[in-house]
Amino acid sequence: MPEPARQNEFLLAHRLAEIRANRPNVEPHIVSEVIRAVLTTMSEDLTVHDTALLLEVEELGRTIANAKIEIAALKVDDITGSHIPFATDELDAIVSHTAAATNAILESCETLDNVATTATGEMATNLQNATTRIYEACSFQDITGQRITKIVATLKTIEDKVARIIATFGPKVADLPAVPKPELTPEEELLNGPQLPREAMDQSDIDKLMASFD
Amino acid sequence: MPIDKSMNVLIVDDYKTMLRIIRNLLKQIEFNNVEEASDGAEALAKLRGGNFGLVISDWNMAPMTGLQLLQEVRADNRLKQTPFIMITAESKTENVVAAKQAGVSNYIVKPFNAETLKEKIEKVLGHA
Repeated sequence: MPEPARQNEFLLAHRLAEIRANRPNVEPHIVSEVIRAVLTTMSEDLTVHDTALLLEVEELGRTIANAKIEIAALKVDDITGSHIPFATDELDAIVSHTAAATNAILESCETLDNVATTATGEMATNLQNATTRIYEACSFQDITGQRITKIVATLKTIEDKVARIIATFGPKVADLPAVPKPELTPEEELLNGPQLPREAMDQSDIDKLMASFD
Repeated sequence: MPIDKSMNVLIVDDYKTMLRIIRNLLKQIEFNNVEEASDGAEALAKLRGGNFGLVISDWNMAPMTGLQLLQEVRADNRLKQTPFIMITAESKTENVVAAKQAGVSNYIVKPFNAETLKEKIEKVLGHA
């Protein structure tokens, strides 16, 4: 190895040892510092291409440091600690209130049904038709309940992901393994809940599918 | 031959509101002997201990789903001929196929109306 290169290598090793001694935990801005040290000590040996590459790495380190500051400014702790639990509680309350309201409606409807049994002719028919429509409409509570359950599950997924971002960019950078996708049984894979109207099969589609088996 | 509306009907759903709605709709079409179960396991126990002419079940229940209940019913020598209607919000093709393969008699997607319920009951009881 030529003398100047050996000298550069010695200087670089010395500088890196200094940095390592001062900063045992690797932080993004240290990456920038290291790159700067490399550039200062090895500039004579570097090609234009190498220099450009190292500058890009330095820029990357700076970007990571900035991202960390920006994420801290977002107060992500509030998302997991306050916003998502609040939203989940609100949704639970919607389910609870609509269930109570639906039961009150059903109770009144059952009273009307009993009245219908004492009526005759057109009045009895009209009353029964009206109560039938009310019973049908009340099934909304089951559907909305299932949809809200799906939303709560999605919120919990977001909460987990935000918690992982905090852990990754927090003071202690954890080497987190990838979150494994939960294994689903064949039964669980079929539990998709209500579909959005644009994606769902309606009763006539289901009838056709059922008929196709005959 | 008219439908025997005095038969025992078992309705299965983990939403009490849905049980109440289906019970009332059945009452309006003169099925008055209706029993309820809030999950698959309770339904199976009632079916094995009683004499039911029709089962109307939700799919999405825990711990035993409506599909598992159907499979248990079809695997039971005494119960396997019992007409079984699935009423569910699960409306994907694979759900209908899985239910059909398990031996479902008919399939109603939620939200449904009284006319659809009546029509499917008549169909599975052989009076379409």
